[in-house]
Amino acid sequence: MATILLVAEQAHGHLKKATLSALTAAQQLAQKNGGQIQGLAVGAGAQTAAQELAAYGIPVHAVEAGFEHALAETHGAAIAEAVKKLAATDVIIAATAYGKDIAPRVAARLGAGIASDVMAVVSANQFKRAMWAGNAIATVEVTTKVKVVTVRATEFAAAQKGGSAGAVQALAVSAPAAKTKFVEYAEVKSARPELTEAGVVVSGGRGTKGDFKPIEALADALGAAVGASRAVCDAGWQPNDLQVGQTGKVVAPKLYIAAGISGAIQHLAGMKGSKTIVAVNKDPEAPIFQVADYGLVADLFKALPELTEEVKKLK
Amino acid sequence: MKILVTIKRVEDYESKIKVRPDNTWIVTEGVNYRANPFDEIAVEEALRLRDTNAPSEVVAVSIGSGAATAEIRSALAMGADRGIHVKHDGFVDSDAVARLLVKVIEKEKPDLVLMGKQAVDVDDNVTGQLLAEYLGYGQATFASKKESLESPEEKGKKPGLKLAADKKSIQVVREVDGGVETLELQLPGIVTVDLRLNIPRYASLPNIMKAKKKPIEELNPAGLGVDVAPKVKVVKVEAPPARAAGVKVPDVATLIQKLHNDAKVV
Ligand SMILES: Cc1cc2nc3c(=O)[nH]c(=O)nc-3n(C[C@H](O)[C@H](O)[C@H](O)COP(=O)(O)OP(=O)(O)OC[C@H]3O[C@@H](n4cnc5c(N)ncnc54)[C@H](O)[C@@H]3O)c2cc1C
Ligand SMILES: Nc1ncnc2c1ncn2[C@@H]1O[C@H](COP(=O)(O)O)[C@@H](O)[C@H]1O
Repeated sequence: MATILLVAEQAHGHLKKATLSALTAAQQLAQKNGGQIQGLAVGAGAQTAAQELAAYGIPVHAVEAGFEHALAETHGAAIAEAVKKLAATDVIIAATAYGKDIAPRVAARLGAGIASDVMAVVSANQFKRAMWAGNAIATVEVTTKVKVVTVRATEFAAAQKGGSAGAVQALAVSAPAAKTKFVEYAEVKSARPELTEAGVVVSGGRGTKGDFKPIEALADALGAAVGASRAVCDAGWQPNDLQVGQTGKVVAPKLYIAAGISGAIQHLAGMKGSKTIVAVNKDPEAPIFQVADYGLVADLFKALPELTEEVKKLK
Repeated sequence: MKILVTIKRVEDYESKIKVRPDNTWIVTEGVNYRANPFDEIAVEEALRLRDTNAPSEVVAVSIGSGAATAEIRSALAMGADRGIHVKHDGFVDSDAVARLLVKVIEKEKPDLVLMGKQAVDVDDNVTGQLLAEYLGYGQATFASKKESLESPEEKGKKPGLKLAADKKSIQVVREVDGGVETLELQLPGIVTVDLRLNIPRYASLPNIMKAKKKPIEELNPAGLGVDVAPKVKVVKVEAPPARAAGVKVPDVATLIQKLHNDAKVV
């Protein structure tokens, strides 16, 4: 029988929400190939994260010692070894920065084919994924016996807790000597919700001219995350981490507000799955209006503060 | 040091991309081609590292049809020293690209391999990582830098990757979720570049002329002993679902009313 190994993303025992979307993808694959899902958490805090994941009704293995930093070389090797030990046929990881970094190494180590950033599970070996900045949706077939899949979290609802919790077991795997060394991590601290996990996102573009105060005020009134176009991140106005798009983050909140963003295809690739899209742009011809449910032709410096006041009145 | 950079010939992101009626691929007639934008950033970084670490050499490699020599020439016109073209017509998946590159790297023995993080046609974001694992090298993906693209460092065309004095390792600042991470990568190693590493130069006319005389070695998969049958096949290509057209609202009052009463999202 097929064993599907779901690799958790966790930091110091905190399970990343994208893992739960990947679990849903794993469940869909299990329906197609009759397989059984087991979880795997690697790194410092793996035990704690494994407990959390096991509450979703799957057995979870934890690899803790020797894998403190999320180096692709060591985590990739650990995952590949776990795949062999558990005789897994499929490996599923959320397509976050972590997943994108390590999953191909797992595939190469196992001689497996990799389908990256998949949006749908078509069959036991076919998946849908976006190409050309979302201008086309391809169905790809992984022809190898072992398959590695990274999952676009926004396309799969988070799995729900259910059934009895699975067992958590420590798994012993050897840590290879790494040729990369962790030096430091500079976190961009923010009191706002995380961009990819937020229910509402307010994004600003070059039209802000770098002044994000109206964007942030509206975001705070809505309890929203802040996003940005590439132009904004390139200019250094906002952290790179906030870029939404083909080559940045993919988001699909229930409400996405784009202000001063023209709506280039590369930006749309990262947000057109949102449930409701609002565009505020002073150019009535801006392409963003073609995907907006509600378009407001206005100066964002005037419209956003007004909108912020209206939102506050509703609360 | 010797630096190898990879360049993929891709559809120009400014061309309109349409799906073929038979759903086998996209329409390629009438589409412009160019070097993958991320790969131009990789070439730029390679040139900056070369020029601050003489004597060094930059070798540009592309895998693709005969037409891909145009993209190798564009890297040569930016300043790369020579090219390698692994000629193959038809689809090559990222895994086969990585396995071909292994062979090229075994021949060339570069100290550093610079690649784009993602080819903007297939949007895979896997080739550099696959290659690193096949070679048993370390990797630093999504390379960026702390300074912005508007900074004096960038204006001074300084490399964003910091080579150690003994040239045995390189420090790479990476764009990861929630912030930036710095890794020290032992050489030889693989770096894939992100958007904010640098602003690539334009090729000057004299350099375009000079590039015509630079050598391009031609290789092929059979000669390298690599089977390019894809591990991941593209079986169907469809147009994305269209979003239903929305409405324009005249003012903020109408907008908030729609968001509150109709969409019920506020
Ligand atoms: C390889 C590659 C990858 C890319 N990846 C991404 C990506 O992931 N994400 C991304 O976003 N982009 C990406 N891009 C860039 C993309 O093509 C666009 O250049 C970018 O999205 C433009 O950003 P913008 O809309 O903020 O700026 P602009 O296109 O300059 O638009 C600014 C808009 O603001 C409006 N405006 C100006 N002043 C006001 C005002 N006071 N009030 C209201 N409106 C105003 C203008 O009418 C205009 O529509 C990529 C490009 C390439 C080549
Ligand atoms: N056919 C190719 N020729 C040269 N380089 C390639 C080719 N395919 C992929 N690459 C390199 O691998 C990077 C990542 O591509 P991908 O993993 O396919 O998204 C690209 O930015 C290129 O640098």
